Amino acid sequence: MPVYYLEIIVVALGLLMLMVDAFANLKDKRSIAWIGMVGLLVVFGLLFKVEWPESTEGAFWKFYTAGDQLALFFKGIAILTTLIVLIMAIDFSPIVVKQTADPEPGAHPQSGLGEFFALPMFACAGLMWMASANNLVSIFVSLETVTITFYIMVAYLRRNVGSLEAGVKYLILGALSTGFLVYGFAWLFGVTGSMQLSEIATALANPEVNTTAALFAFALILVSLAFKVGGAPFHFWIPDVYQGAPTPITAFLSVGSKAAGFIVLMRLIGPFLASEALVDKVSIVLMALAILTLIVGNLAALPQKNFKRLLAYSSVAHAGFLLMALASTPRHSESASSMSPATVIAFYLGAYLLMTLLAFLVMTTVRNQVVGEDLDSYKGLARRSPFLAFALLIAMASLAGIPLTAGFFGKLFVFKLAADQENWVLLAVGLIGASAGFYYYLKIAVSMFLVAPEGSPTEGENTSFPINPVARIAMIALIVAIIVGGINPNIILGLL
Amino acid sequence: MSILEIIVFLPLVAALAIGLGAPARFTALGASALLLISSLVLAIQFNTSVEGALQFESSRTLLKVVGFPELHLAFGLDGISLVMLLLSTIVLMAAVLVSPKEGDLKRSPQLYYLSLLLIAGGAIGAFCSTDLFFLYAFHELALIPTFLMIGIFGHGENRVRTAWTITIYLGVGSLILLVGLILAVIALGGSTFNIAELIALAKNPETGIAEDLQPRIFLLLLIGFGVLVSLFPFHSWAAPAYAEAPAPVAMLHAGVLKKFGLYGLIRVALPIVPAGAEALANLVLILLLGNIIFLGFVTIAQKSLDRMLGYSSVMHMGYVFLGIAAGNHLGLSGAVLLMFAHGVSIALLFALSGWLREKYGTLEFAKLGGIAKQVPKIGLLFGFAAFAAAGLPGFANFAAEVEIFIGAFSGDADKLSPIQWTTIIALWGVVISGVYMLRAYRSIFMGPLPQKLEAPDDLTWSFRLPLLILLIALMAVGFVPELLNQYIRPAIDGLFLVTTG
Repeated sequence: MPVYYLEIIVVALGLLMLMVDAFANLKDKRSIAWIGMVGLLVVFGLLFKVEWPESTEGAFWKFYTAGDQLALFFKGIAILTTLIVLIMAIDFSPIVVKQTADPEPGAHPQSGLGEFFALPMFACAGLMWMASANNLVSIFVSLETVTITFYIMVAYLRRNVGSLEAGVKYLILGALSTGFLVYGFAWLFGVTGSMQLSEIATALANPEVNTTAALFAFALILVSLAFKVGGAPFHFWIPDVYQGAPTPITAFLSVGSKAAGFIVLMRLIGPFLASEALVDKVSIVLMALAILTLIVGNLAALPQKNFKRLLAYSSVAHAGFLLMALASTPRHSESASSMSPATVIAFYLGAYLLMTLLAFLVMTTVRNQVVGEDLDSYKGLARRSPFLAFALLIAMASLAGIPLTAGFFGKLFVFKLAADQENWVLLAVGLIGASAGFYYYLKIAVSMFLVAPEGSPTEGENTSFPINPVARIAMIALIVAIIVGGINPNIILGLL
Repeated sequence: MSILEIIVFLPLVAALAIGLGAPARFTALGASALLLISSLVLAIQFNTSVEGALQFESSRTLLKVVGFPELHLAFGLDGISLVMLLLSTIVLMAAVLVSPKEGDLKRSPQLYYLSLLLIAGGAIGAFCSTDLFFLYAFHELALIPTFLMIGIFGHGENRVRTAWTITIYLGVGSLILLVGLILAVIALGGSTFNIAELIALAKNPETGIAEDLQPRIFLLLLIGFGVLVSLFPFHSWAAPAYAEAPAPVAMLHAGVLKKFGLYGLIRVALPIVPAGAEALANLVLILLLGNIIFLGFVTIAQKSLDRMLGYSSVMHMGYVFLGIAAGNHLGLSGAVLLMFAHGVSIALLFALSGWLREKYGTLEFAKLGGIAKQVPKIGLLFGFAAFAAAGLPGFANFAAEVEIFIGAFSGDADKLSPIQWTTIIALWGVVISGVYMLRAYRSIFMGPLPQKLEAPDDLTWSFRLPLLILLIALMAVGFVPELLNQYIRPAIDGLFLVTTG
């Protein structure tokens, strides 16, 4: 099956879901999500059946990479993220209904719900395309497909001020960053005379390239992409948007959007790093960005009291570790003794997907029973639901990078890469960040296990949490994947 | 599955079974009994005539990628790790036996027994691993369960804070250790995590680590492992944690898990960066005197039994460091023997202090007194344990300390070297530990009985068994140190064999 069918199938699924929502007259619109979930599972299976084209002649392949295993891996990340986001969306639907349903008599009681399941499908298609984009035009179009869908999804809870505020913030800053990106693309085209990434790389590798203009293009592109992946100092939108957006969308933003941002970052920054004339300056900037992101993300996460904000800063911190890998790209490709940053970043994102989505799954399940997302709402969770507490503990241990979890290998690979390049400053900052991580991730474990639940103890003991069976299966699968990946990282690396 | 793989994964599988609903205490007892028996079987089958080679080896390749050392899930035993394995299984058996029955726990018994098994499983995995990565990773497995155990089941108002402190302290220490290990692996070519291969590379003058780099790596390893062993001045987490932890956790942590740092120094740091160890020898001597003398006095100043035991366990680590600093056959084998002896004796003391706390509700010296009349058997056992810890003949600790002192003092007779001076000063530590142990014994068991104290029942059999196991281990090794020395000697010889060869 040709590889681009995947995106087409996902878009078709999204359209199908919209049609079903509009015409099928369903009693319970949550069944729409099932179409998407089953469809995505099938598409995920099809990933392993992809056929690459025999020749890459023709206009299409100027916009779409061929024979790229890394792109498939990132498509897999996008599909899995969307799948789990849909599972969360089912759990989250009572809140969506409350905030969006049409109050007029005779309207469907779940009138706002259908699109909430269909929109992630379009974002998913965009993310998948982004993973394969090899031309400035296709990068831009796929990126905007994703971003515009996200504008809607972030502001989806239209009667909730927080959600609207998050949507507006995301819209304004997102539009600004798009401006930077387009301007950077224009300069890049001016310098290299091509939209094609491979040709851009050749042009930049030419020692007579106009370095000033190329660096200007680099700076503009980096600003925009740092915004997408949450690199400091372009991370200010993250806590507010994460907190205000509906929880499943927050999860989507923090995993799917970040992963796609990083593959685009790798593809766009790669030519600059490969250019002898530019690599020194580009590396210094990347290093500064990584250091700043590590410091800001980790230190700002320390005092957080809201779980979503904490995960927001943690996502900034993880962006820092990923940028650390990118900044440690081997110079002049002479050292074959280190892993390629692309592999490290892909592995890290794979592990990050598992643990972050697990945390968000637990969060949506808890949110159904507890009002608010403060850390205090997790007090005594271990007594009310040992399973949820255990799942969250594994997620936090992995995020903190405790050995025998997948998260540890991610950090280990990054540290190894930095040590290979003798990037001691970066390594030291990374270590400080990782130790800070111990504190703020453990804080959640303290709330869950060591603090008694509020209210009368007997009441707290008895109210357990109903867990949606699909969510439970997803949680168990993620836990197993985190632990197995922590013992044998080959299950993730083998896919690359 | 090789027998070692089964031993390593048994506690983890048992913990999983408890998590899924198996009867907690029963499963834990069964698993630890199986572990004890199989480790004894391994000890009997162990071939003591092979110098330094690993036995019962197994290896599975997990990861083979360019730019990252090959990763194997590899286990194997030499004499040192066999002794540590025995220590772990003996203390685990005792710790599970002294744990309260399911009904007596205020919170989920599953969590309690599961955590105990995970702590022990981490230690066992670390001691059996021959792959540097898993040596490190298994040790970390104990981090979170310890945190939960102290925070949930611990004593005292400050237990959550203490749980925090120990976790952050050990977590950061492990990170420093991790950097040291990564740097060492990269400096050795970055192609393998196999400890034996790394040592062989380090011994080869062509592939060994450059002289000027060695002290830096050794310093990182010393700090990393030192934090885990509570080397002065990184000791401040230990005493409060042991005082506030439930007795079985204190037994496992002070008795077994803490030995991981020493084990790592002997098995990894010394062979891989020998020149670095030599360059920083004087620093180690100063720090270990801090452990023995300074913390010795701190121990004397304690006003309650639990804190005193915590500090005494920190203090005794100084002797092990002395044996390691001596760096010769006798010193090193004494160090390994003391790791075992101290582990068993401190576990016995923590078990007894846990019993006293439960029965009398306090461990403050001022509030206790003369209880030997009420509970003579406990008094007798505590006496034995205190004598053992203070290093009286007849107990394993004595044999070990004698080996260390003789090993450390050996050398030229013309002029005293720094380590000989250190040994002379460190000898006073024996007096110090005699002082605080006897003082504790006197103020708890002798003298007038405060009127308020109710007489509890003396020992029950279910509690007597674990104490007897520990006491027998202590005395057997004390009278016949050869029981363990037969394993330790060839392993230590092996370390030196590679050195010269």
